[in-house]
Amino acid sequence: MSTRPLLELTDVSTHYVSAGGARVVRAVDEVSLRIDAGETLGIVGESGSGKSTLALTILRLLPPAGRIASGRMLFEGEDLLEKSDAEMRRVRGKRIAMILQDPMASLNPLFTIGDQVAEPIRVHEGTGRAKAWKRAHELLKAVRIPSPQTRLLQHPHEMSGGMRQRIVGAIGISCEPRLLIADEPTTSLDLTIQAQYLNLLRELQRAHGLALIFITHNLGIVAKMCDQLAVMYAGRVVESGPVAQIFNTPAHPYTKALLNSIPRMSDNRQRLTAIDGQPPDLVSLPPGCAFAPRCPSAFDRCREAAPPERTFGDQRTVRCWLATAGPASAGTAVHKGAA
Amino acid sequence: MAMHTDAVELPSRFALARSEGFPLVPTFILVGIAFVAVFANALAPHDPEIGALAARFRPPAWQAGGSMEFLLGTDHLGRDVLSRLIFGARVSMVVGFTAVIFAGVVGTVLGIVSGFLGGWVDQVIMRITDTWLALPALTFAIFLAAIVGPSEMNIVIILGLVYWTRYARVIRGEVLSLKEREFVKLAIVAGCSKRTIMRRHILPNVINSAIVLGTLMLGVVIVTEAALSFLGVGVPPPKPAWGLMLADGKKGMMVGYWWLTVLPGVCIMLMVLSANLLGDWLRVKLDPQLRQL
Repeated sequence: MSTRPLLELTDVSTHYVSAGGARVVRAVDEVSLRIDAGETLGIVGESGSGKSTLALTILRLLPPAGRIASGRMLFEGEDLLEKSDAEMRRVRGKRIAMILQDPMASLNPLFTIGDQVAEPIRVHEGTGRAKAWKRAHELLKAVRIPSPQTRLLQHPHEMSGGMRQRIVGAIGISCEPRLLIADEPTTSLDLTIQAQYLNLLRELQRAHGLALIFITHNLGIVAKMCDQLAVMYAGRVVESGPVAQIFNTPAHPYTKALLNSIPRMSDNRQRLTAIDGQPPDLVSLPPGCAFAPRCPSAFDRCREAAPPERTFGDQRTVRCWLATAGPASAGTAVHKGAA
Repeated sequence: MAMHTDAVELPSRFALARSEGFPLVPTFILVGIAFVAVFANALAPHDPEIGALAARFRPPAWQAGGSMEFLLGTDHLGRDVLSRLIFGARVSMVVGFTAVIFAGVVGTVLGIVSGFLGGWVDQVIMRITDTWLALPALTFAIFLAAIVGPSEMNIVIILGLVYWTRYARVIRGEVLSLKEREFVKLAIVAGCSKRTIMRRHILPNVINSAIVLGTLMLGVVIVTEAALSFLGVGVPPPKPAWGLMLADGKKGMMVGYWWLTVLPGVCIMLMVLSANLLGDWLRVKLDPQLRQL
């Protein structure tokens, strides 16, 4: 599509290693992804599938036990893995910003809003307090906080929940980053506020030409927000590609099962469809495909060897032995038009 | 004037303070002691360090043989007890507060660094703290005092060295929970350096606990200072310190010179009790759980 992707991950693996090195958890396993400027990439998967670890890997903020074992992460042509800690600090917040899982708790209760919105600007651009506050004022206006001048001087507890999130959004875009990572930013919010917040994120994205990585387990949000989708299972991207294509013709059995398990208003099924079984233990993965034990259409080969990543069509990838020649061969009849 | 006798009255500021459990009396006592300490020169009727041997062991004014010249009597060298108590307040206040602040600064800084950085830094600092805590505080203080010799400055340093561990423990614990809070993570994600985060996000959030702990430690420190003086390794003799007065007076107890021990004892007790009550109130008042809105 475009010449150079904004961020391109190639075979990135992140492991959590236990103290003696005896147990290795492959939280992210040979993940390849790309995201272009101004685009939205959704990453979905169940809890423990490595979504959040992937986000932390991109920012190189893994907990002490985490190691990036291999791979390359090109951001605007520079490999993030080759940067020093100090260089990485200049990337965080400045070129790649992140919004955390609970935006309500992301503000320091002791400082004024102005101080907190101005902080990244002062840290990254070394601007003086007065100038940074002026920028903060504009930012609050951008996220449509009424009477920003008084709000700047107030403390977080004087704000409503919706306002606090918008302020966190303002902090996210304060240094005009190229990429914003949102790690389940709506899980702690009720539905009406969720919708407002998503709209705000989209507006900010459009206004600033931001690329957005949206980590969620809510496929409805993916359908609403994202251009591209990557489905993760047990640390691997099992399927990726344009959202509409994946929703219409899911290639991987896991994607199909996920799409099938969304409850629908028009449904007359008596029970919700669930995926049988448990996600695998990441310490002792089965030798073959990680999804094989739960897969309705698994056959012998699935249990013997892990399927490699195959590319087909326009930018679509899948890791499944059944999908060798594209989605058609994997049986498309399971799911009918979700998008 | 009031038509309805049961009309609702807004509580006055004073009443409100009472209703919230504000410890008026302890505050009053502490402020009083501080006042006395500051204006000791003007308040004391006699020189606290020089007495007249002719006027030894005078009882307080209200007892038979007492005179208005020595309101609270005199000690074994004929020094005025009241003047010594007044100047003793200065020693106790200065030693108490500076030692608490010294211990507080050392302990808080180490606690923050230890809790926030974790890893081997945490291990080293905490093992030192554990070892330190295992030493009995008073014995350790005596040991240090015996090495460096008695002086007011040394007492402050010794008390600081003995008690910083309490701060380090408490503050580290708080930092551990604080650093998991979202706003600290947001600061990391926003590219703040560890130093900036510790200074701007962690420190302001633990300073309350440090202050509360400080008021509680004030009592401990003053008692230890008194104990050291009592044992002869504290404030050097001619200086009037409450603990020292207690030590000097103890022989007189048996022959009825009660004022030499009871009066400084009461002063120590009042000051420690006031500091503790104030600390207790602050602890409840500043508790983040109760403060949360």
